[in-house]
Amino acid sequence: MLGKLDWSAIPFDQPIPLVAGAVVLVAILGVLIWVVVKGHLPYLWHEWITSVDHKRIGVMYILLASVMLLRGGSDAIMMRIQQAIAYQSQGYLPPEHYNQIFSAHGTIMIFFVAMPFVIGLMNLVVPLQLGVRDVAFPTLNSVGFWLTATGALLVNLSLVIGEFARTGWLAFPPLSGLSYSPGVGVDYYAWSLQISGVGTLVAGINLVTTVLKLRTKGMNYLRMPMFCWTTLASNLLIVAAFPILTATLAMLLLDRYLGFHFFTNEAGGNVMMFMNLIWAWGHPEVYILVLPAFGIFSEVVSTFSGKALFGYRSMVLATMAICVISFMVWLHHFFTMGAGPDVNAIFGIASMIIAIPTGVKIYNWLFTMYGGRIRFATPMLWSVGFMVTFIIGGLTGVLVAVPPADFMLHNSMFLVAHFHNVIIGGVLFGAFAGFEYWFPKAFGFRLDERWGKLAFWFTFLGFYVTFMPLYIAGMLGMTRRLQHYDVAAWRPWMIVAAFGMAVLTIGVICQIIQLVVSIRNREALRDRTGDPWDGRSLEWATSSPPPVFNFAFHPDVRGEDAYWDMKARAQQQSLGHEKPEYHDIEMPRNSPTGFICAFFATIMGFALIWHIWWMVILGGIGAFATFVVFAWRDHDEYVIPAEEVARIDRVNIEERRSLVSMAGAI
Amino acid sequence: MSMTATAGRAHADPHHIGVVVEHPGPASKRIVTAYGFWVFLLSDIVMFSCFFAAYAVLHGQTAGGPSGAEIFEQRNVAIETVCLLLSSFTCGMASIAADVRNRFWFYLGMAVTCVLGIIFLVIEFREFADLIARGYGPTRSAFLSSFFSLVGCHGLHVSAGVLWLLTMMAQVFAKGFRADVLRRMMCFALFWHALDIIWVGVFSVVYLLGSAV
Ligand code: HEM
Ligand SMILES: [Cu+2]
Repeated sequence: MLGKLDWSAIPFDQPIPLVAGAVVLVAILGVLIWVVVKGHLPYLWHEWITSVDHKRIGVMYILLASVMLLRGGSDAIMMRIQQAIAYQSQGYLPPEHYNQIFSAHGTIMIFFVAMPFVIGLMNLVVPLQLGVRDVAFPTLNSVGFWLTATGALLVNLSLVIGEFARTGWLAFPPLSGLSYSPGVGVDYYAWSLQISGVGTLVAGINLVTTVLKLRTKGMNYLRMPMFCWTTLASNLLIVAAFPILTATLAMLLLDRYLGFHFFTNEAGGNVMMFMNLIWAWGHPEVYILVLPAFGIFSEVVSTFSGKALFGYRSMVLATMAICVISFMVWLHHFFTMGAGPDVNAIFGIASMIIAIPTGVKIYNWLFTMYGGRIRFATPMLWSVGFMVTFIIGGLTGVLVAVPPADFMLHNSMFLVAHFHNVIIGGVLFGAFAGFEYWFPKAFGFRLDERWGKLAFWFTFLGFYVTFMPLYIAGMLGMTRRLQHYDVAAWRPWMIVAAFGMAVLTIGVICQIIQLVVSIRNREALRDRTGDPWDGRSLEWATSSPPPVFNFAFHPDVRGEDAYWDMKARAQQQSLGHEKPEYHDIEMPRNSPTGFICAFFATIMGFALIWHIWWMVILGGIGAFATFVVFAWRDHDEYVIPAEEVARIDRVNIEERRSLVSMAGAI
Repeated sequence: MSMTATAGRAHADPHHIGVVVEHPGPASKRIVTAYGFWVFLLSDIVMFSCFFAAYAVLHGQTAGGPSGAEIFEQRNVAIETVCLLLSSFTCGMASIAADVRNRFWFYLGMAVTCVLGIIFLVIEFREFADLIARGYGPTRSAFLSSFFSLVGCHGLHVSAGVLWLLTMMAQVFAKGFRADVLRRMMCFALFWHALDIIWVGVFSVVYLLGSAV
């Protein structure tokens, strides 16, 4: 009846996950009860859960990412403590628990923090920058988000019901095969990624179509803001790479569920094929994450330097070059597995070539700053911090891309330091910069600068104190994923790293305080102009937060830096706004499709993990029925009458007029 | 979608090279839908290519079991191929009928497509059942694992296509040739033709090359 599920699935003998699970459960229940009692449920349902507005969906993505960042962060803290005290001792974590933690940490950070964060920012900003009303497929957008949330939910469920994979974040076979991992851990891993992977693919298709087909009048390719370009590149990579992940995990699941022999040791299975497939997805994946961050830095650096981006066209070229080359280097992840010197040399060189367009970008940012009037607001701090940090990460990347060096450093702490260097210093700093930069756009008030700067400095310093020692430990021969060790030389570095983790944690706490303080002082921090940073691209041309329809008119773009142009022209023409003529606007209706789909997907995923076959069928039928019902709908749009549009837009125009005249007066 | 060249504005763009081609604004819903679906199909083809790659890597790994040449039946595959190619033709007829709003030819074209699709699925199912009955199931060897997965994945797509097809017929029946129904029909047709293209790959790589070895 319940498949493999029984009471033994709940780890009564392990206090840590149980207590953590209980705390989370109580917190969730508490929030739910508070929401229901306060009567917020209808608001949440109508305004957020069923919303198909790209801005709301973007915000929900970022919220999901932030919550999961705390979860993944606590895993990290536990690991750092363990390695600091596990010298010639068992430490405080039993080995199989430690193994679950590092697997969950990597999985969560990549799939449920970094991915939703960048996808959320792209969702929020790109349609605004393109001057359009929505993404190409609004309902699908909501489906994509909710499927991602399903994946996150399943991963968290594994904390209290059953276990998580002990295989590392990429679940290499044969370790992840049935004979070495008979439990449900790998199944949790595979199904949550499978489901959220579908969500990611949907988001990718959506954004590619949006950028290519929905730009406003005059928004030629070479007038798109840089963030739109990197979004395009990143989502092209999603569309091309995520199906590989889907296929690979499907093969692994076939091995585990039906006794196939793709990656087994017996009957001709081929483990190396898994390495090739997973890294053919995995290397592009790191660029899926970092390219949007590059876009954010481009926007931030040019805005806060008060200058157009230097070398815009070379930036576009570099972005697309990275997009293509990132598909040709995957083998550098298994130089040591015996492909031979020729193959290794080719892939080593290909890997190093990526450093060229990346270098182009760095120089362009520097030249943008050169001679500019730089304002060191929080987003700019994150950007400058990124440039310094990412250069170190890129250099160590080139170092491990040298096959002979990699034979020494592969799977060592040096590697751990490298990829944290690029992912924290690149992706996460980018996400934070974007968060600070676009927060006023999303909510209509700024974030507190003082706490923001504190958060930056603690995170920045904490990052160095945590990860620089790992480079050294790696050079001293320490391998990754050790539960305990006997080498005295490593110990001091582990202690320093644990200390650094504490500093990093203070940074995170500052960021939480920043949010709380800013919400409290939101009246003082309110931005009525919609353009708090003196921005250059179209998202700043509308009010903050923007109305559902974003723009009362599709803006007419005449060059790069569309909004900067408009402001300049408005000043010259002494604010010659004639009475504009408003029209009715059709917008897509809200729809619970996404939420209901995710509901059935959760049931199905859970049932598949525990082999509860009747429930799988039920979930499948439910999902199909949802789609048919959705396809049967008769009215998927509603009309906002012209008077309403006019009323909303007039406020915005007034504010803007006073802004421009003030700037003119200065 | 037409791009209009407005040479008069050339100087608004500092990087202009001769003529500036102005982007005319967002595309129509029809184009956006078709484009998005096309992108989806490309990603689906990427997924198939992984199974093709797995087959290419594993087709020699028979682990003492049968090889392709021993189990493939050319006659069945030929019938399957004919069914699928014909069904693509009838699906095209149904699309044209939908475009000119002719219900009779639409239903006829879709019905024939459906029947051909089901015949294809039945033959494939019998082939699989027969192999499994003889002890040559997907668990027998890595070669058979990859064979069953690749061909089965295509079969699953065809099954989904048949379900979708029936839903389309029901939609036209209930709602007529409404704009959104027509857009969906266009996507369905793209999907069905793409399955054909993939089958040509399966047919050549698995059955033709496989029998030759
Ligand atoms: C110039 C650019 C880069 C080069 C040449 C490079 C090179 C490499 C190489 C050769 C490895 C494999 C080392 C080994 O397993 O022994 C590696 C691992 C890794 N890199 Fe990079 N990298 C670069 C940039 C990046 C960026 C931008 C990211 C992320 C945003 C990234 C994320 C990772 C991750 C996550 C791993 C480890 C995966 C694992 O084994 O779990 N790298 N890099
Ligand atoms: Cu790589």
